[in-house]
Amino acid sequence: MPTYQLQNLTVRHFGVRSSSALQAIDLTVEQGEQLALIGPSGAGKTTLLATLSLSHRPAEGSFLAFGTDPWSLGEAERHRLRAQLFLAPQTPPLPPRQRVVTAVLAARLPQWSVWRALASLFKPADPEAAWQALSRFNLGDKLYSRVDRLSGGERQRCGLARLLLSPAKALLVDEPLSALDPALSELTLVTLREEARARNATLICSLHQVDLALNHFPRIVALRDGRIAFDLPREQVTPQMIAALYQGEQPAASKPRHDDAMAVKLGVGACL
Amino acid sequence: MAAPLSSHAAIPRDPALRGRIVAIVLALAVLWPTLVVTEFKPWILLDEQSLAATGRFLADFLVPAHSAEFLHMLLRETWNTVAIATAGLTLALLGAIPATLVINEQLSISALGTGRMRPVARMVRQTARWLLVLLRSVPELVWALLFVRIVGLGPTAGVLAIALTYCGMLGKVYAEILESSDAHASDTLLANGSGRLSALLYGVLPEAASELMSYTVYRWECAIRGSVVMGFVGAGGLGQRMDESLKALNGAEVASMLLVFVALVALADQFSKILRRRLG
Repeated sequence: MPTYQLQNLTVRHFGVRSSSALQAIDLTVEQGEQLALIGPSGAGKTTLLATLSLSHRPAEGSFLAFGTDPWSLGEAERHRLRAQLFLAPQTPPLPPRQRVVTAVLAARLPQWSVWRALASLFKPADPEAAWQALSRFNLGDKLYSRVDRLSGGERQRCGLARLLLSPAKALLVDEPLSALDPALSELTLVTLREEARARNATLICSLHQVDLALNHFPRIVALRDGRIAFDLPREQVTPQMIAALYQGEQPAASKPRHDDAMAVKLGVGACL
Repeated sequence: MAAPLSSHAAIPRDPALRGRIVAIVLALAVLWPTLVVTEFKPWILLDEQSLAATGRFLADFLVPAHSAEFLHMLLRETWNTVAIATAGLTLALLGAIPATLVINEQLSISALGTGRMRPVARMVRQTARWLLVLLRSVPELVWALLFVRIVGLGPTAGVLAIALTYCGMLGKVYAEILESSDAHASDTLLANGSGRLSALLYGVLPEAASELMSYTVYRWECAIRGSVVMGFVGAGGLGQRMDESLKALNGAEVASMLLVFVALVALADQFSKILRRRLG
């Protein structure tokens, strides 16, 4: 049974009627498959991952996860399904004043009762597992540190160590390398892929580094302007296709446009 | 020099500026009538007659009452007051914490993925909000008067009055503290399938804990003061004694009691400081 089957899917941002973040998405991902999402900034990679993790409801089209349409399920059942889909967002979701061991063990929350969760705040329930997960990212010595004592790259790996403790069957990782140097990037991708293979979990990883994506992932899905530009095995991806994908990407220092969408976002009123 | 000036002119005017000026003018326009209505005339204080009266009263304060018998009574009533405030606040927490969990909108599972809450969930939240408004809009003094009628003179009335009013205040402010803290961590936990309470414990609480704690200690301090005011209507504690001393125009006794209040508030302040340092 495929992990995901998306047909002609449209996803819109909340509150904005006109703009659609993703259009005409067709995507089938088999269980255990590993694929990289590439594409320029604003192409919809993060929105696609949010949709896949059931934290964004698609507007049109058909969406199946593990063979069922989650949005036709009841709320409680859908929430149980979310425990099978682990999303690691680009900014590590770690409260600065939390201890690393607690932040990593939070992966087990869907399986824990509230009392277990409360008890684990007092005395960590399984520090051994947390330490092992952290060690795979060279962070074993940070087990009892506070999150705000970690560097940006350490926080990012700490967020991924949480992923290792989650029993989810699909791992959705958004830009795991944005704060890492080349050596750690290599280690991180290898660890993620090993973990996914070991438990036959589907791994979907959005990446800005095209060369790393091509080196590590057998299947490449490219997004541009909310549409799938190509979806191919890596052998068939040519440098011309990559160039076309990122063509017209301007450096960020372009002049701001003065259209209506901008006027709404201006800080008027009480914001400081 | 002309070139930089002209490049300055190219920047559009700050669109927020006009709104801010209008807000200041409006605030002044609203405040002025309130000063008129409340007959705010501070210069009366500096009147010769007022100054003399103040001086006489303050002179009495210079040597606080300190006879052994009085001090013994003071200690007992102080303990009574602390007990009223603490018991009242604890009862208030029993109601406020569940209410906070109910009305918190950040932890809505039904809003996850759709941005909209279920109508039932919205109604439950709104009902809880109204209940809290009701509880805190009746002043604690009025609750105290009511309970003095029902359970009779004594500390029980004070405890119940504090419990009800403070339940309303704590529930509202706790919910707002939790909602204004960064939602990224708890959102991710919810998106990965954890329950509401677990997401609160692991996502929101680490950030909000010190603020919640310092607000609670501050409310304890307020409960001490509140219990004194309620003592005036017969709800026990130091306030009841202070009422008697004030009526007897015994400035020395009033001075001793005020010193106790200063000490209690300073104690709460220090406690809150230590807690914040531990949790920050």
